[in-house]
Amino acid sequence: MKQLTEITLSRRTWAWPYVLFLVLFVVLPLLLIIYYAFTNGQGDFTLYNFIRFFHTTEAVNTLIYSLAIALITTIICLLLGYPAAYIMATAEFKTPAVMALLFILPMWINFLLRTIATVELFNMFGLPLGEGALLFGMCYDYLPFMIYPIYNTLQKMDRSLIEAAEDLGANKREVFTKIILPLSVPGIYSGIVMVFMPTVSTFAIAELLTHNKITLFGSLIQRSFGEGGIAMWNYGAALSLIMLIIIALTSFFDQGDKDDAQKGGLV
Amino acid sequence: MQKPTIIEVNHVSKQFADGKFALNDVSLSVQKGEFVTILGPSGCGKTTLLRCIAGFQTVSSGDILLNGEDVSQMPPHKRPVNTVFQKYALFPHLNVFENIAFGLKLKGFDRATINNKVKAALKTVGLTDYEERDVDSLSGGQQQRVAIARAIVNQPEVLLLDEPLAALDLKMRHDMQMELKEMHKQLGITFIYVTHDQEEALTLSDRVVVMSEGKIQQIGTPTDVYNEPQNCFVADFIGESNILSGRMIRDKRVEFMNLEFDCVDVGFGEDVPVDVVIRPEDIYIWATDKTVQPSQTEYDPDDRVPKGKFTKWFGVVQSSIFKGVHYEMIVKTSDGFEFMVQDYHEFVSGTEVGMLVKPEDIQIVKKEHYIYNYFDGEVQKNGKVRFVDADWDVLPERIEGKNPGEKVRVRVAFRAIDLQDHEEEGTLSGEVHFILFKGNHYHLTIRTDEGNDLYVNTNDVWDDGDRVGIVIHPEDILIDSLAN
Repeated sequence: MKQLTEITLSRRTWAWPYVLFLVLFVVLPLLLIIYYAFTNGQGDFTLYNFIRFFHTTEAVNTLIYSLAIALITTIICLLLGYPAAYIMATAEFKTPAVMALLFILPMWINFLLRTIATVELFNMFGLPLGEGALLFGMCYDYLPFMIYPIYNTLQKMDRSLIEAAEDLGANKREVFTKIILPLSVPGIYSGIVMVFMPTVSTFAIAELLTHNKITLFGSLIQRSFGEGGIAMWNYGAALSLIMLIIIALTSFFDQGDKDDAQKGGLV
Repeated sequence: MQKPTIIEVNHVSKQFADGKFALNDVSLSVQKGEFVTILGPSGCGKTTLLRCIAGFQTVSSGDILLNGEDVSQMPPHKRPVNTVFQKYALFPHLNVFENIAFGLKLKGFDRATINNKVKAALKTVGLTDYEERDVDSLSGGQQQRVAIARAIVNQPEVLLLDEPLAALDLKMRHDMQMELKEMHKQLGITFIYVTHDQEEALTLSDRVVVMSEGKIQQIGTPTDVYNEPQNCFVADFIGESNILSGRMIRDKRVEFMNLEFDCVDVGFGEDVPVDVVIRPEDIYIWATDKTVQPSQTEYDPDDRVPKGKFTKWFGVVQSSIFKGVHYEMIVKTSDGFEFMVQDYHEFVSGTEVGMLVKPEDIQIVKKEHYIYNYFDGEVQKNGKVRFVDADWDVLPERIEGKNPGEKVRVRVAFRAIDLQDHEEEGTLSGEVHFILFKGNHYHLTIRTDEGNDLYVNTNDVWDDGDRVGIVIHPEDILIDSLAN
């Protein structure tokens, strides 16, 4: 009997379902991707899938184009999100929570629905779908992910640091450039990663907002698996792996920051 | 020789959005090179006053002059003052050198000058060669020094220090106190220092400003505020005191504990209620039974009592605690008055002792309120009277002939207010806000949840911050008509 209670109560026991979950849905798929990426249809080892990608100009261009779109989205989100976060964190609002809620409200709705709604909006106002609509949709979807980490760092910032800077002779602009901005860098990093990572791999937004006219890297992967049939799985797996590596690189860029304690709350 | 005034605070009030006054008509002038300490319990407005001088808070009324120039509306970065913050507020993304150089860089000094000044400042605070250190890697005391260096490197006309030593341990605090005093002497800058630690205030300052409830209670040299407290708050807050209710019979003659004493105070008027303050170390104490020997050997019973015609009183030692240099004894008289007495000799518990105090050691303090609380009241339709934001039952004959809505003056004796442990048992609830032991009873200030103050005399022991229910029996509520 005693042994049984020990097994049910030990913390290790509670972790098993999660371990199982992680193995089944994270580790195993990852291994499968790697396996498929380095094999051909017959299951023999090959680098052909990668060679094929780098020799397909269209595919490489799609990757570069996707990275550029993701970068532009991230920059726009940063330019829009930082002031918003700053206003929320510093405003003499009685309830900054209300404003925070307004920013988070769209996230209560599934992003596919939101994107479809955006398409309808563009149609209603007679605006053309395409690159502009794509950028608009991406920014609209991912802006909250930029605002939140920045808002978190700014809000946690010690007010007395700002007072100390003023006391030492810094005017409002100098307080911002010399104290607030450098201290919010961890939040900016987090925000960039939070926006950049998903926008690189997005495909649904692109398909809906451009009527499939613009192909992003995510769409390319999706098509390899969806339309190409089993024959294309190996190629799709290789593309997925390339994207994973790019995303991993951007998060290393974030990890490089020395002070974890001051990081924004989301990553 | 009067030095020029550097800071003048004229009738400054600061009212916060909730209507509470953090500062209430505060006036203060500080001379060049002075070390002034603003002393008071937490919430007394001392930090607000400092922040108003620094410019982090604007004043609601009144003005602040710096070198004769009105700076009330000047933003902090333009004021020639620097602040050492309570929690240091060092910039975590900059190293020690960059922290200290922050102000100098903004002022546009060249690299060599900045280098020299930072080095000199680091030397002043005893942190030579710490330039490249990360501020997070420093101990509390070192961070404190960097904060001081960061302020003094700008050679401000006034250095404001907001409880700078509060976060340090006792030993470190004492060392830093001495160093601060030394720095003040060496730099010649005016120091305005905020603290709640009365010992720190007495040790460091040229002058002490005692604050409570947003008002200045007394300004004076450390010896002044200790020896000549102007009211019970100051007497109680600074050092230990015996405070008793008394009556000024005439100039230089006071009565308390139903005994008459000679004193040196004049100008209170005749037959006026006063408070009497006696420091525990000023009381002479001796054993009435000459065969009783205190703990020490060098004790001559006849030498204990000063020669002269002094009023003596007698009691029994209740307890005795060794305090390092002296013994602190509680002595109770047959009338039930308790005295705290400090002496180098120990009289053990149970010893019958005589006591006296010299006239010059009896400090007379004006009573700000006595016997009765006075409130503005209004007769209600249901026969109750409304005051301090509550409706109270009163004896019907006391409001006979008065119409609902009529304004009246309500009088309640300190003794008549009953405090209950359970808030819900009272008509009103409140919090014990200030306690004064008056020898044989406690004089409490009760602050109601609506922010009204009630004075209560009681024999029960309460603690600061206790929640109480307030009961006043109808027969104790006296109603006076307002004279039209």
